Amino acid sequence: MRATIEPTGLTRRIIPCLDVAAGRVVKGVQFKNLTDHGDPTEAAARYAAEGADEIVFLDITAAPERRDTDLDWVRRTAEQVFIPLSVGGGVRSVDDGRKLLLAGADKLGINTAAVAEPELLTRLAERFGSQCVVLSVDAKRREGDAAANGPGWEVVTHGGRTPTGLDALEWIGEGIERGAGEILLTSIDSDGTQAGYDLELLRRASALSPVPVIASGGAGTLEHLADALETGAAAVLAASIFHQETYSVGAVKEYLGRRYPIRIQTGASR
Amino acid sequence: MTGTAATVIDAGVGNIGNLVRALRHLGAEVEITCDPETIRASRCLVLPGVGAFRPPREVLRGAPEEAIRSALDGGATLLGICIGYQLLFDSSEEFGTTDGLALLPGGVTELPGGVPLPHIGWNRVFAVRDHPLLAGSTNDDHYYFVHSFAPQDVPEEWVLGRCRHGRSFPAITGRGRIAGTQFHPEKSGAAGLRLLGNYLAWAGDLAAGADGGAPEGHGGTHATAAGH
Repeated sequence: MRATIEPTGLTRRIIPCLDVAAGRVVKGVQFKNLTDHGDPTEAAARYAAEGADEIVFLDITAAPERRDTDLDWVRRTAEQVFIPLSVGGGVRSVDDGRKLLLAGADKLGINTAAVAEPELLTRLAERFGSQCVVLSVDAKRREGDAAANGPGWEVVTHGGRTPTGLDALEWIGEGIERGAGEILLTSIDSDGTQAGYDLELLRRASALSPVPVIASGGAGTLEHLADALETGAAAVLAASIFHQETYSVGAVKEYLGRRYPIRIQTGASR
Repeated sequence: MTGTAATVIDAGVGNIGNLVRALRHLGAEVEITCDPETIRASRCLVLPGVGAFRPPREVLRGAPEEAIRSALDGGATLLGICIGYQLLFDSSEEFGTTDGLALLPGGVTELPGGVPLPHIGWNRVFAVRDHPLLAGSTNDDHYYFVHSFAPQDVPEEWVLGRCRHGRSFPAITGRGRIAGTQFHPEKSGAAGLRLLGNYLAWAGDLAAGADGGAPEGHGGTHATAAGH
């Protein structure tokens, strides 16, 4: 498959996602029925040792409760885990972003606040660089009359609870123009179901985006992850399959590495 | 390596917290400074950098730059990282031509199109010669990059590792006691920590051995990399 010399050796990324609430890793189905999955720092360190390419933290209590993302676990994690760390949830200003970066985050995930105030993306990108700014988009498939003219997706916020009326693909385009350096695209319909990513959504988003699109929501099998990469995703994000130890990060990378450029960490723990 | 005193040169731009955390994690005693006297007295210098080439270049111009040269003449080691690596070369073409510290031969140019820029993510680095920094490394090692410019026309004898993104570029360069990486070792997992640990050990060995080699220096033309 890679018979010719490619212009880059850049790899596709495998990213465990840790939803954090009140300083604990949690996971639910479609953002509901949360269960405890341990300490964020310990989980991140374990995934990094297995070969994770990056860790995404989403502080899912931050937006609904309108409180600042607690920084202590970010600091603790940055002192022990030396791969890129992305933290989202509750970033509403340049100052919020600055605090998170100083605590050790490498990237800022912006979701609800960007919908409320799109200019925030530009200010963050101008201050910290686009490579720091990840636009996190939660997309929900339109149903009924709204879907009569073909598939469409609406942006939802506040952990999937608030419809915005925004078309997800148009919003992605606008977000990139405003300075987002990466798109974390979560299908709310698929999230936590382990039934596979929304590939149609992913295909359309990857086709329009000049910046990396991270597939999120629905990973249940190794084939699901491969499907997302085949569809054009630069990275695949998953939570349940890692938390429930269905697969280790190392096993995922070994599988995907047969078909795609993947970083295989020498001496990784399995 | 434990307890090696490392001086991180803070040129006032960008977030260097994660580099400092990584060095401390490896047991280094880290001082963060741009004070010329502190730099001059150091035996283990680290020059980080994030963002654009020119702002840190202007911060270093004058006394800090002279202090770096003086420390190197006195036998210090120096590791440049990302923009700090680019600063070691003769010049950069980012936003017009700006002179660099000219401690390593070569110029910094933009990577060609046809691949996504900036070059962000994990890419493979092929080691092309032995060096204390690369102890324990393999050609399967990947490191984490965030950049759009890279050194070019670096004499092959000083290139330690190469990476490919649009063109092949020197991802690690070393001459005498001066070395640098285009990637961020502090964000490159186990491989990156190993490289940083190797640097601290190398700097510690050279400082302890005092005359384990004349300060081959930035002015030398035929110095060989230490550790051969």
